[in-house]
Amino acid sequence: MRPLILSLSLLLAWLFSGQAAAIDVYEFQNPEQEALYQQLTKELRCLVCQNQNLADSDAGLAKDLKDQVAEFVIAGQDAETIKQYMVERYGDFVDYDPPMNASTLFLWFSPLVVFILGAVILIYNIRKRHD
Amino acid sequence: MKKILFAVIPLLVFFGLLLLLFINLSTHSEVLPSPLIGKPVPAFEHPTLYTGELKTQEDFLGQPWLLNVFGSWCPSCQVEHPLVTALANSKQIKVVGLNWKDEPQDAKAWLQRWGDPYHEILVDYEGDTAINLGVYGAPETFLIDANGVIVHKISGVLTPQNIQEQIIPKIKEMQP
Amino acid sequence: MLASIGQFLLILSFTTALALTVLPMLGYARNNASLMQAGRPLAYLLFTLVLTTFVILVSLFVLQDFSVTYVWQHSSLALPLRYRITATWGAHEGSVLMWVTVQALWIAAVARFSQSLNLSQIARVLSVLGIIATGFLAFVLFASNPFEITNPAPLDGRDLNPLLQDFGMIIHPPLLYFGYVGLSVAFALAVAALIGGQIDEKWIRWSRRWTNLAWAFLTVGIILGSWWAYYELGWGGWWFWDPVENASFLPWLAGTALIHVQAVSERKNAFRGWTVLLAIIAFSLCVLGTFLVRSGSITSVHSFAADPFRGIFILALLAIYAGGALTLYAFRVNQLRSRDTINLNSKETLLLANSLIFITATFTILLGTLFPMIFEAVGKKISVGPPYFGLMFFLLMIPMAVLMPLGVQLKWHRDKLSEAIKALSPHFVVAAVATAVSYWGFDGLNLRATAGVFGGYWIASTSLAQWFTHAGQRNAGFVGMTVAHLGVAVFLFGMSMTEHKDTEKDVLMKPGQSIEVGGYDFTFQGVEDLQIENYRARQGTIEVTRDGESVVVLHPQKRVYPKQQQPMTEADIYPGFTQDIYVSLGEQINDQGAWAVRIYLKPFIRWMWFGGLMMMAGAVIALFSRRSLRLEQQQTDQVMKERLGLS
Repeated sequence: MRPLILSLSLLLAWLFSGQAAAIDVYEFQNPEQEALYQQLTKELRCLVCQNQNLADSDAGLAKDLKDQVAEFVIAGQDAETIKQYMVERYGDFVDYDPPMNASTLFLWFSPLVVFILGAVILIYNIRKRHD
Repeated sequence: MKKILFAVIPLLVFFGLLLLLFINLSTHSEVLPSPLIGKPVPAFEHPTLYTGELKTQEDFLGQPWLLNVFGSWCPSCQVEHPLVTALANSKQIKVVGLNWKDEPQDAKAWLQRWGDPYHEILVDYEGDTAINLGVYGAPETFLIDANGVIVHKISGVLTPQNIQEQIIPKIKEMQP
Repeated sequence: MLASIGQFLLILSFTTALALTVLPMLGYARNNASLMQAGRPLAYLLFTLVLTTFVILVSLFVLQDFSVTYVWQHSSLALPLRYRITATWGAHEGSVLMWVTVQALWIAAVARFSQSLNLSQIARVLSVLGIIATGFLAFVLFASNPFEITNPAPLDGRDLNPLLQDFGMIIHPPLLYFGYVGLSVAFALAVAALIGGQIDEKWIRWSRRWTNLAWAFLTVGIILGSWWAYYELGWGGWWFWDPVENASFLPWLAGTALIHVQAVSERKNAFRGWTVLLAIIAFSLCVLGTFLVRSGSITSVHSFAADPFRGIFILALLAIYAGGALTLYAFRVNQLRSRDTINLNSKETLLLANSLIFITATFTILLGTLFPMIFEAVGKKISVGPPYFGLMFFLLMIPMAVLMPLGVQLKWHRDKLSEAIKALSPHFVVAAVATAVSYWGFDGLNLRATAGVFGGYWIASTSLAQWFTHAGQRNAGFVGMTVAHLGVAVFLFGMSMTEHKDTEKDVLMKPGQSIEVGGYDFTFQGVEDLQIENYRARQGTIEVTRDGESVVVLHPQKRVYPKQQQPMTEADIYPGFTQDIYVSLGEQINDQGAWAVRIYLKPFIRWMWFGGLMMMAGAVIALFSRRSLRLEQQQTDQVMKERLGLS
């Protein structure tokens, strides 16, 4: 809450100032935080416009969630924790990165299995001698 | 034998695919199931709309209640409002409103126009509690038991059908 | 009146397609030459009828005939002429009719350019193509008719979706459809061969040019889609792994496997069953794609309005086409017995390895796209998006990039692996050095960017060396291959740089304020209101300078179209050889003219699309291979002789 109040006050100060420099929408403490924010808002799904990520969505809820993500990032939380927060409330659907658990094992590992199986079949068929 | 297997595998895989696509035609929906079912309602502290008195989730323990998320800006909320009113008036369950991201004056005017069925209205101006509840659109309705555990959620408008099929049975279940 | 003619011609087209399906195949079954010969004229008739129908639909839009439901739903009095024309394929009914028109065009082309096939072969091919045309025409007639009438006719229309009022909309769908439909030719040939129980090198040779051409169209169609999304959607993205994008990418991947395997199976009597299967898979994926887009099965920014009946209909078509072909495959593939042996250390092996990589990629992306459906079937929800697809595709492209030069290096039939590796190893060093220089020059690259850039240099270096050391004539096939592979290198470089070295800044700006990004100064000069054609624009002015010198003035817009509620974001882009400067407007902050502005710097993004165009060019160049033209001419002469009873 506090970083958000801080940002809001800065915003108000900027609005009434005559400064020459534009200010960031969110005041991140360093470039790494800004990068983390950008990465997270691309990996989180907008629940209103379900075919967009949070970064691209103009929906009201998306804006609220972006504010929330920014607040967490400025507070120093890591990607894992922030995503966990979202998933706890909205389910796995909100994360474009599918989780790794028993029900998604097939998703993550079947490509490798298919590749290896395919390679075996391929080599076997190549080595077959036809007379 | 192996030859026959390899010849048939593509067809079998395709049938599986076809089956999946066919089933999906009837199961696909944009409604999100809530991960909060069976979990306690998240802690909150909000002023009520008319008196400004602060209420927390503890104030609602002791009997089951319905939390209806609405806003004066939401057209669908208007559509379901008669049903919310009917439900509240039937005295089967206490109906509490969560006024989501709304200006209090607008909410009051809306309620004056369409009627105020709510036992209590909590003002969630920032939307924090809505996020904690996993709300992603209005209206949404949560059924919460006497111990403060979320028992059921309906995303979207209440209809006579979903009230009859989903809410009423669960209310009956909770009765001693 | 015109609409009724269109409706009538539609019915005629359907009957013609039915005749095209039945008569030549009947002729084949009964060895009746006259029936088989009916194929070609029926193909030409079909094309004439369908094209006229399509032109009628376009005319209805141009004439603003709002008595036709489809026209008023997607047009309006204020809509400029060029968009009235493109609105024809802007929504479901019209776009299916366009698919059918393109299908009829390819069928006519096949009828015209198949002199090297004998009568029994062409009869079967045209008949299978006829089945496809019949199915889609049935779909138009019974589930998606653009000629339905509304009575009384409304005075104005509902307007075309503003996102589609754009140049990219004019060319992206047609080119993509040319690709999808083109793959039906390889499909028809595969099924025709299975029906006959035999496939020889002449079949495959003939099929290669059609497949190459279809693949080229698909490539440029996808590139255009990416470019269009970039400048139209306003957020600087060029690929989202959206289900409908994947739907176009899947046939492309299968098609890439196919064109490489055909190089093997044309020369050797080996892996012909695999060739046939790939051709069936590639076209089936096209039909699957159209199902996904039109059935409402998936949530996507691209999907047309959902309609379960249409979904069932296309699913039925898919079942008939793919199910039918795969059933035939199950029964007949073992008749296509391979006679030739392949050496493990040969170009053939590497080409087949390519198909393994690309079919695995096809499987993976299909799995990721459909996986949410599996969860939904049991009442749960999950998302599979760019983090998954990006990782998987990256991992699969590693062996592709590593092995590509080896495949080019190894000779046909039999070669020494150790020698080939020895010849390539200096280029490994070259690539490593170039990557290190890039790493230092661009201020560091992350793991994936480093790998991508290395892959690009590795492929470029080896391809150039192989070009210069090539013994013998550099025929069109060789030229095409080199150009296409260099295109891959250029693509890899561009993609790696733009994905990992791009800069994005979200700022609040008041008129007169500046911000420095990547060495450029961006000064916001406020927003003015303009009326342009049929929309109202809030146009921002942003001066971009570098060291005090003006670079460009950009005008991003927020547009409001008359019938739509939501404003549209229209970015303004300063394209560059090494970098794009991209600016879009966010929201207005207050009444004193302060706005949220997004500034992007996109390094080398144009290289990515240019690489894709090079791949397309390579495929087209290879069409003119004198070797294949010569062999085809021999086949044509052979067929002629047989017809005249001279051999």
